Amino acid sequence: MVTGVDPTASIPLTWARRLSLAGMRPISAPVDVTNAVLLGLGQPLHAFDRAKLSGPIVVRAAAPGEKLRTLDGVERVLDPEDLVIADDSGPVALAGVMGGASTEVSAQTTDIVLESAHFDPIRIARTARRHRLSSEASRRFERGVDPALAPVAAAVAVDLLAELTGARPAPGVTDIDHRSPAVAVPLPLGEAERLAGRSYPAEVVRRRLSDVGCTIAEGKTTQGRGNPGDDPADGDTLLVVPPSWRPDLMRAADLVEEIVRLEGYDTIPVTLPRLPAGRGLTPSQRLRRAVGRALAHDGFVEVLTLPFVARDAADALGLAADDPRRAAVRMANPIAEDAAYLRTTLLSGLIAAAVRNIGRGQQDLALFEAGLVFRERSAAAWPTSPPARRRPTDEEIAGLDVALPEQPRHVAALLTGRRELGVLGGTGRAADWADAVDAAHLVAEALGLSLTVTAGDSMPWHPGRCARLSIEGRLVGSAGELHPRVLADVGLPPRSVAMELDLDALLEVAATTPAVAAPTISNYPPADRDVALVVPTRVPVAEVTAALRDGAGELLESLTLFDVFEGAQVGPGQRSLAFGLRLRADDRTLTAAEANAARDAAVAAAADRTGATLRA
Amino acid sequence: MPAPGETVDPSRVASLDPDQLAAAVAAARESISAAADLDALAAVRTAHVQGDAAPLVRARRDLGALAREERADAGRRHNAARAEVQAAFDARLVELTADRDARVLRDEVVDVTLPVTRRPRGARHPLTALTDRIVDVFVAMGYEVAEGPEVEHDWFNFEALNMPPDHPARSEHDTLYVEPAGSGRLLRTHTSPVQIRSLLSRPLPVYVVAPGRTYRNDTIDATHSPVFGQLEGLAVDKGITMADLRGTLSVFAEALFGSGLSTRLRPSFFPFTEPSAELDVQCFACRGEAAGQPCRVCSDEGWIEIGGCGMVDPNVLRAAGVDPTRYSGFAFGMGLERAAMFRHGVREIRNFVEGDVRFGLPFGIEG
Repeated sequence: MVTGVDPTASIPLTWARRLSLAGMRPISAPVDVTNAVLLGLGQPLHAFDRAKLSGPIVVRAAAPGEKLRTLDGVERVLDPEDLVIADDSGPVALAGVMGGASTEVSAQTTDIVLESAHFDPIRIARTARRHRLSSEASRRFERGVDPALAPVAAAVAVDLLAELTGARPAPGVTDIDHRSPAVAVPLPLGEAERLAGRSYPAEVVRRRLSDVGCTIAEGKTTQGRGNPGDDPADGDTLLVVPPSWRPDLMRAADLVEEIVRLEGYDTIPVTLPRLPAGRGLTPSQRLRRAVGRALAHDGFVEVLTLPFVARDAADALGLAADDPRRAAVRMANPIAEDAAYLRTTLLSGLIAAAVRNIGRGQQDLALFEAGLVFRERSAAAWPTSPPARRRPTDEEIAGLDVALPEQPRHVAALLTGRRELGVLGGTGRAADWADAVDAAHLVAEALGLSLTVTAGDSMPWHPGRCARLSIEGRLVGSAGELHPRVLADVGLPPRSVAMELDLDALLEVAATTPAVAAPTISNYPPADRDVALVVPTRVPVAEVTAALRDGAGELLESLTLFDVFEGAQVGPGQRSLAFGLRLRADDRTLTAAEANAARDAAVAAAADRTGATLRA
Repeated sequence: MPAPGETVDPSRVASLDPDQLAAAVAAARESISAAADLDALAAVRTAHVQGDAAPLVRARRDLGALAREERADAGRRHNAARAEVQAAFDARLVELTADRDARVLRDEVVDVTLPVTRRPRGARHPLTALTDRIVDVFVAMGYEVAEGPEVEHDWFNFEALNMPPDHPARSEHDTLYVEPAGSGRLLRTHTSPVQIRSLLSRPLPVYVVAPGRTYRNDTIDATHSPVFGQLEGLAVDKGITMADLRGTLSVFAEALFGSGLSTRLRPSFFPFTEPSAELDVQCFACRGEAAGQPCRVCSDEGWIEIGGCGMVDPNVLRAAGVDPTRYSGFAFGMGLERAAMFRHGVREIRNFVEGDVRFGLPFGIEG
């Protein structure tokens, strides 16, 4: 405590300027002195107006519901975990963080109680975070203040107050010391060499440690005890006592850093570890590269868009109320409220990128992206974190993982404008639904897979131009023309097309697919037969081709649809499909009769399964 | 055929007369060489070489009219004449055919500088290509590629990495948390949680690199992005030292920026490594000789900061179930955008996420 402070005294101008440069506003001599000591020595101090205190001050935990108005004018409800400085009237400061308004030093203050203390870093950090109040004091306490510094700093502050304000120190410094005695850190002499890869002679180790203020209790020998690099020569272990101002030096590794750093990182030799044989990329990693390359070679430009979407992203895509793509993950502290959710489909980002490109004058676009989408699992339980001082159990790891959302990797592509460019006055060709389906096939083929296409009606696709893509009966994605309403809503040109595939699902299938079986290449001539079938329009071509293939049997080498015709000649509700069948045998030249028989069998199967008739 | 001694019509026999033959040959040769093109030559062929009216063809028919004793001589003369004409004809035919072929090729000339691209070109993202490039360097050294989720649990992102809940270093991470608050879920702020996942799931020794997307609560502008790529490396084995770290990073820096560039480690602090260092690579533009002359790439520093590294903190090893007295390890991490910005002279970090095709296309397939 000091008395007789001259309230009109002020600190020298040079000090005031330095405080300003350090980001502190000069306020009054007592406050400025505590700030100067804080900056100079790193010890936070607090000055109370003696006249406003009732009774002695103590440090204690806050009582539930206690309140304190801090110096920033905010009334804070305290938590029992908060440490406070309190007098008989209640809390007067949030310990280690900020003083209270009721005991603030003012222009009338003549007697001051100076508090210089050391607090547990974690306790201060929690309080600062709880009250969202990060101060010069709390930032220092969180990172560790020299516990021996408190009385020194207090003495310096008292001297300065005496010098600058004419104050007199009142007798009786209260010094309550709860410090634990400094703990010696065992440092095997060979530890620095073990971690740095060069030798550090014992005298260098000792000198560098004393350079940073450590004292070394004489080396005791601990033979064995599992210190690595234990060879008999460096079985010596030093007992190192770090200085009070280095609370970060707690373990051998911390001491090694000091030795290695002071000797110079550039004195460390350059070697390479001897690795066991690696297995290279996993099949999935290799195939993912193949997908990206295939799309890029096919004219698609890869983009990596931001995964944040607005709350109404699912509405913009017209997703049904029960669509799994509505289970979006939400940020607790989003960057922006209109980007508070994580994408559940890559289409959101591709659409945004396409709109941006069009706005900048690029009309012909083929974009793709491969990346994670995020889907909330239902009814997740939030696990408590296992302690980090040991390996978590497998159950604990599984518990953490199951709390995370599903994060499958997707690949998606979007096309708008022309798919082929016009040269020499030609107009090119506009992208259509088939380009989107083709891109999906391209991805599957890059993985050695073949997609099954059926008619789909998934949003955000045009209900009549949406291909449902599956593999081994499992739905893996959709492709086709986007829904006209969606296109209008998001601002993309009519007829824009897109596809999206669950890449992880495809990779899973690819992983179980056996190696490609080589085809037999026949040296005998082919027999080509064309058939034109009249089929009800509602029958998908895929069903007709499947029937033809099954009917033609082994002799069928390839099947090509070369004409589709609708019109008066084939009647309403019907269309004519013209196929070319290439037939070939491995072991002989087919006779005309054999080729015709295969063709007739194909047609019969198509007639049987799809109601097709041979076109007259 | 006339009988021996029969009077022969002199006019017919005259066609085989040496002078007559010579004249026919001369006429044929003249016509052949006068033929200007293949059509003209075809007409000459009819008139002089093979046509019924050609003198030499007629003369051949006349051979039969000669007396046997005269026939051999006349035949020889006639054959010689025919061969001469045929040879002349063949030579001219070759000449004129070559002329015609050359003319056709001349006529078919196109302007090869016309626009040719019907299929639009595509490109991979520069960060994808750069990631592959770096990953390949490490895979060649024997590393494997590890991956982890982007929405991560606090335990993997912070706690196991020696950053307990109240650690001050956490506040520097500007973490994006996932609802509900208190669920412990967040968008990973670095690829380091993959280190923990690798150590937990793989048998020792572990040598992995982990490329991936990471997140911070930053608003996007020219120099900040809430999403950025990192690449993490981890080696945990018996006897791993900082010397191994230096060597590994040199190999990596040379692969990325060119050979002959030295690297240096600068003391630094990271919660998950001890000792810790920043990795600097000599500026590839000025080759570390910026002193005195301005260098836009390194801002006259001579060095470029590439990432952080160090020896894996014993607390991290313990959290992953590795005995820090028997094993040691190094770890390093670097920002992919930063490396790409240096490598390609990218000016604005937002270019990486905007998806403008004018930015992406020049990188092509391999970057």
